[in-house]
Amino acid sequence: MNAPTLTRRGFSKGMGAIVLAFSLDPSELLGQGAAARLPGSLQNNRMLSAWLRINADGSATVSSGKVELGQGILTALWQIAAEELDLPLTRVHILSGDTAHSPNEGQTAGSQSVENSGTALRLACAEARAMLIDLAAAKLGVGADTLAVADGTISAADGRKVTYAELASAVDLKREATAKIAPKPPAKHKIVGQSVPRLDIPRKVTGGIAYVQDMFQTGMVHGRVVRPPRPGSTLESFDEAPIKAMKGVIAVVRDGSFLGVVAEREEQAIRAREALIKNAKWKLGPELPDPATIHAHLKTLPSKDNVIGVKQGPVLASTARVLEATYTKPYLAHASIGPSAAVAEFRDGKMTVWTHSQGVFPLRTELVKVLKLAPENIRCVHIEGSGCYGHNGADDVAADAALLARAVPGRPVRLQWMRDDEFAWEPYGAAMVMQVKAALDPDGRIADWQYELWSNSHSTRPQSTTGTNVLAGWYLGEPQKMGPHTSPPQPAGGGDRNSIPLYDFPSQRVVHHFLQEVMPIRSSALRTLGAYANVFALESFMDELAAAANADPVAFRLAHMKDPRARAVIEKVAAMANWKPSQSGDGTRGRGIGFARYKNLACYVACVAEVEVDRSSGKVRVPQVWLAADAGLVINPNGLVAQMDGGVVQSASWTLYEAVKFDKNGIQSRDWASYPIMRMADVPKVMVELINRPTERAMGAGEGSQGPAVAAIANAFANATGKRIRDLPLTPDRVKTALG
Amino acid sequence: MAINLKVNGVSRSVPAEPDTPLLYVLRNDLQLHGAKFGCGLAQCGACTVLVDGRAVRSCVTEIGTLGSAEITTIEGLGTIEKPHPLQKAFMDEQAAQCGYCIAGMIMSAKALLDRNPRATEADVREALDGNLCRCGTHNRIIGAVLRAGRDMGRT
Repeated sequence: MNAPTLTRRGFSKGMGAIVLAFSLDPSELLGQGAAARLPGSLQNNRMLSAWLRINADGSATVSSGKVELGQGILTALWQIAAEELDLPLTRVHILSGDTAHSPNEGQTAGSQSVENSGTALRLACAEARAMLIDLAAAKLGVGADTLAVADGTISAADGRKVTYAELASAVDLKREATAKIAPKPPAKHKIVGQSVPRLDIPRKVTGGIAYVQDMFQTGMVHGRVVRPPRPGSTLESFDEAPIKAMKGVIAVVRDGSFLGVVAEREEQAIRAREALIKNAKWKLGPELPDPATIHAHLKTLPSKDNVIGVKQGPVLASTARVLEATYTKPYLAHASIGPSAAVAEFRDGKMTVWTHSQGVFPLRTELVKVLKLAPENIRCVHIEGSGCYGHNGADDVAADAALLARAVPGRPVRLQWMRDDEFAWEPYGAAMVMQVKAALDPDGRIADWQYELWSNSHSTRPQSTTGTNVLAGWYLGEPQKMGPHTSPPQPAGGGDRNSIPLYDFPSQRVVHHFLQEVMPIRSSALRTLGAYANVFALESFMDELAAAANADPVAFRLAHMKDPRARAVIEKVAAMANWKPSQSGDGTRGRGIGFARYKNLACYVACVAEVEVDRSSGKVRVPQVWLAADAGLVINPNGLVAQMDGGVVQSASWTLYEAVKFDKNGIQSRDWASYPIMRMADVPKVMVELINRPTERAMGAGEGSQGPAVAAIANAFANATGKRIRDLPLTPDRVKTALG
Repeated sequence: MAINLKVNGVSRSVPAEPDTPLLYVLRNDLQLHGAKFGCGLAQCGACTVLVDGRAVRSCVTEIGTLGSAEITTIEGLGTIEKPHPLQKAFMDEQAAQCGYCIAGMIMSAKALLDRNPRATEADVREALDGNLCRCGTHNRIIGAVLRAGRDMGRT
């Protein structure tokens, strides 16, 4: 059951059977060029045996390329597999994220695991169950359609039975999936749709080994790295002798401007790092831009412009009223509570890296370039880390650990970044500018919508096509180049995610100014990519337009929305919050609404937030948020509610407190004092209700609530005070300025 | 050099310097991994353990200062099979996402409930204000601590 078997011995014990089980022999994946398109991740991992095996004891072991990041995904996938196999949960074992044994499903990102891995597992398990039934039918000499299955036992009408255990050696899953066996209809679900407790929580609340940070191996030593004062710097010199003389220091590792240390004990490695920081001399890289003008600066950078979402409507009447506004979002940090970590071991020319990367296969492609090893000599194994919320330091620290491990062959090296490593060197969620102009016709309807956004890349993850997307690679003696900055195409989008309104406007145009050439500050995927900022701008401006049209914000949205599922969550949240149309705030308290369908193709979420503004201190509090969500078929209601609730709280933190601080000398946010986040005393109560639609496909939800939450909070502030803040976060200084 | 510590009721000798932070000794010498490194600066609470019943940040607590104090870590509370009421309440409430902060949360909560078994929601929020969570699990954490308080009051 994905039990944590993290010691070397435990690993081989836990994984032994699986080595034989999963056939990922590349030869089996070849020669399929003209094959039919298969749903979900079956398309690229077509063998049934890549997804599951039936064990001799009648249990099943299923494998996913998606990994647990604290979002509960393995529990949801476990439920899906057990449901389709007609096995109790206790007899389904799930494994994930090992380049030696798992299907390659790329990154665990974009709220796509239930849709892609879940679809693949559902179909593969349904097909395996059908094969087992066929075998039983032949054995019993009856028609397959006369058989019933429960708990891994297949029964004939006359009472004779065959178990999965008896068929395990006969069922041949080494063949391509056909995806032709229909999964169970939702009405027959017994496990899917239940709030099955998470697999991983018991050990996490009892101090069990749960994270890569906890791994311990015989002979293990401790690494730390030393990074320059700011990006792009080169290491001129350092005094190695006094470091090597420090107690416990085993190796000082330098490759160009990559610098690290390995010591017997963790605190010794930390002290050696501190000493190295003091004595290393750097030729400083380019200055950072001025934070005061960063958003104006972004608009001056060369851009690749994509025009999207165009609807050409009738020519505007001269009576139309035109409004415009500009919104901004700062750089945001992932700010994982546990700094990123990895364990690496270099033995007999082979590197093994235990990592909390979101994609063990993409990470391996970068390690091939950094270490100059063949892919078959690198194994990346996923072990959970602290929550990442996107592309944090996970891959970078894995490369760091591998470089250190290479210097001490045969000794596993555990490396956890220090707090300032994580804050100063993780890739941030990109700063953005959103500019919107709209026309209201005399009836108070939106006649035209013009939207532009400026953003650097939200996608500089590993598996770059022509560069190397791990930090250490850029600082080696033979430095490697960062890969080209990319942006996922519409409809999902990158910086332009959720920039196309789901509302029904007769005329609209969206321009995505993708700043792909110059990146003043490193950025990559943070939960929702551009959606948080775009929903903030879009939904704030909807409220500004509603006010101009003298309309209630809820009614104004519904008047522009045809999609019945969108209408349903908006109406539901208004009812939950006992929304009173056109109710003004009283100067300190107010309410606002926000809506989005994540990526315009995943879950529907609407939020109502209540805010309290302390007019003298400028402090904004959010005591309460109501949320309604429709994610289609719900796999695990409790897990879905947790994702919604957590997303609201995280978004409230981004919205009220967060911005990466920097000046020309470098990143200034280096600890929790210089990058404050929401604390217990200020956390809103969140009321969540789900609209379950069992006959609709299950849709990703891990990033569904952040956009609606920021919009609801920003709109509630405007409702409370009559003043609108268009720059995030809503800091006391900005509030005091806005309130005069 | 070796230092003697009393951890979860057992005397342990550890081969570390007296200025070594307790956190590394717990995790690396005693194989007690519940307390986590989060910041090393006493800012986040992930490393919280109890010293003579008081919640302290083990990342900045030097072992040489501990003398014969009773150190309690989350491993000293209970097991999966026999969980402490707080651990059971966190399981029942499914009060973890990534869970990295949770051991620290539970230890801060234990210090609170030990001195104030009838802690209110406001008390819980105040006592846990120095424990950071990034997944946004706060509401469930508060719910779990209140549930544990009720359960402990009944027994």
